[in-house]
Amino acid sequence: MKLDSMYQEVILDHYKHPHGRGLRDGDAEVHHVNPTCGDEITLRVKYDGSRIEDVSYEGQGCSISQASASVLNELLVGRELDDARKIQSAFLELMQSKGQLEPDDAMEEVLEDAVAFAGVSKYPARVKCALLSWMAWKDATAQALGDPAHKETA
Amino acid sequence: MTQPSGLLTGSDRLLDEAVRKDFPLLDRLVHDGKKIVYLDNAATSQKPRQVLDALNEYYERHNANVHRGVHVLAEEATALYEGARDKVAAFINAPSRDEVIFTKNASESLNLVANMLGWADEPYRVDHETEIVITEMEHHSNIVPWQLLSQRTGAKLKWFGLTDDGRLDLSNINEIITEKTKIVSFVLISNILGTVNPVEAIVRRAQEVGALVLIDASQAAPHVAVDVQALQADFVAFTGHKMCGPTGIGVLWGRQELLEDLPPFLGGGEMIETVSMHSSTYAPAPHKFEAGTPPIAQAVGLGAAVDYLSAIGMDKIAAHEHAITEYAVKRLLEVPSLRIIGPSTAEERGATISFTLGDIHPHDVGQVLDEQGIAVRVGHHCARPVCLRYGIPATTRASFYLYSTQSEVDVLVDGLEHVRNFFG
Repeated sequence: MKLDSMYQEVILDHYKHPHGRGLRDGDAEVHHVNPTCGDEITLRVKYDGSRIEDVSYEGQGCSISQASASVLNELLVGRELDDARKIQSAFLELMQSKGQLEPDDAMEEVLEDAVAFAGVSKYPARVKCALLSWMAWKDATAQALGDPAHKETA
Repeated sequence: MTQPSGLLTGSDRLLDEAVRKDFPLLDRLVHDGKKIVYLDNAATSQKPRQVLDALNEYYERHNANVHRGVHVLAEEATALYEGARDKVAAFINAPSRDEVIFTKNASESLNLVANMLGWADEPYRVDHETEIVITEMEHHSNIVPWQLLSQRTGAKLKWFGLTDDGRLDLSNINEIITEKTKIVSFVLISNILGTVNPVEAIVRRAQEVGALVLIDASQAAPHVAVDVQALQADFVAFTGHKMCGPTGIGVLWGRQELLEDLPPFLGGGEMIETVSMHSSTYAPAPHKFEAGTPPIAQAVGLGAAVDYLSAIGMDKIAAHEHAITEYAVKRLLEVPSLRIIGPSTAEERGATISFTLGDIHPHDVGQVLDEQGIAVRVGHHCARPVCLRYGIPATTRASFYLYSTQSEVDVLVDGLEHVRNFFG
């Protein structure tokens, strides 16, 4: 059944038992919404130099958006920023693949549980749900680390 | 009409299911052979063959620009376009055909009134000493234009709140609508709650203080007989695509003396009388408000839709939908953990039912229903203040129309059971 390709067991597990949920101390906080459906997330990042010490979040939304935030927390906390950016861009590439990308071993090594979202990329209306927390993380990171491009618009 | 056996037990209010044969899309199979169950009629309706044929015939035989040219096609196109205006005028019982303005959609109709009043002279002018009144259950299209007008003129924006059971709270009507109120704009039937609002009480108070009344009938005109004279409003707005017509055509009805007094908004061809390099004079209404080449084919399509609905009879359509709504409310309330957002009976409500299902997010509900061929709308339905009012992020919305059946309600209820098991 096609639905199972979207709602992988891994995704439903993260949805029911989210990792690192709840807001904790951070260097920057952002609030992102998906205006078409009302999914919302508030996300904070805490850095120890270039190492991600914590990503904490609170939000309301569908299983895909909530599970994605949980996977993000699991994957990124403790990483160096450069590694985290590689993971983020691999996830973005997967989500924009319209179901055409079959994750290989190399991708699976980078994305771990996040490869379970491959099936979501076939559903255009849901890609934004999966990307919500990742876009929020990118934005929060730019703010926390003083990305000059961001400062101009902030 | 003969009743199909089995389906319509005990009810002679339902329309013959043969009506479905007029709508080619309803035969569509989706997701590996599942028959589409289209329950997103509040977003847009499907189109009957009669409307599709009218559009085709217009383009194949009569296409030309209107109100210009002396050739036969221009005359035919003009007659068809203006004929559609006659049909719409009769459909809403307008005293004059000249009170029917064609727009792009209901949003444009509502924006048009907001802009007329922003640029108007006394006594209609909205400015920093005056007030605008709306309600908390408006579609964003009847909130944002007034926020814009309020920001630009300094007028105060006020609104009626909602009761816990999804109705307008009119307990403080005399404080909300006051001598300062210039315009009261509200929805006749809510697109998210399904609530039918008490027009008379609001209109009476508005008339007491000399305020104009604009009614958003987008969710009413497709489903019940709308009589602009009985409503006693000053303006009534609705859109074509929710009432079997094509997209790209909407209607603003306005009282003639107002349309004569109020200034145009969009300028251009068609809306003028004479133009010099220094100034222009304007055509009489409705043309004063229809700058540029209008949506001709779309108007013709709306005319065909009006003919189609009138031939069946708006009272019969309303009775059918009421029966479906009664059945749907009863069946939905049997689903464990389902909460209806809006009136929980079929009284004074339209055929649009929003609900939540336990903690399962509407996006997930909609996705699993879609897999079974059931099309519903999920999200805040362009009425986010309603979701905020009831402390929910979004709803799932099932909305019915003249071709909806009780068995489709049954399919929805079974589908929701499947959703509960899937996320259980």
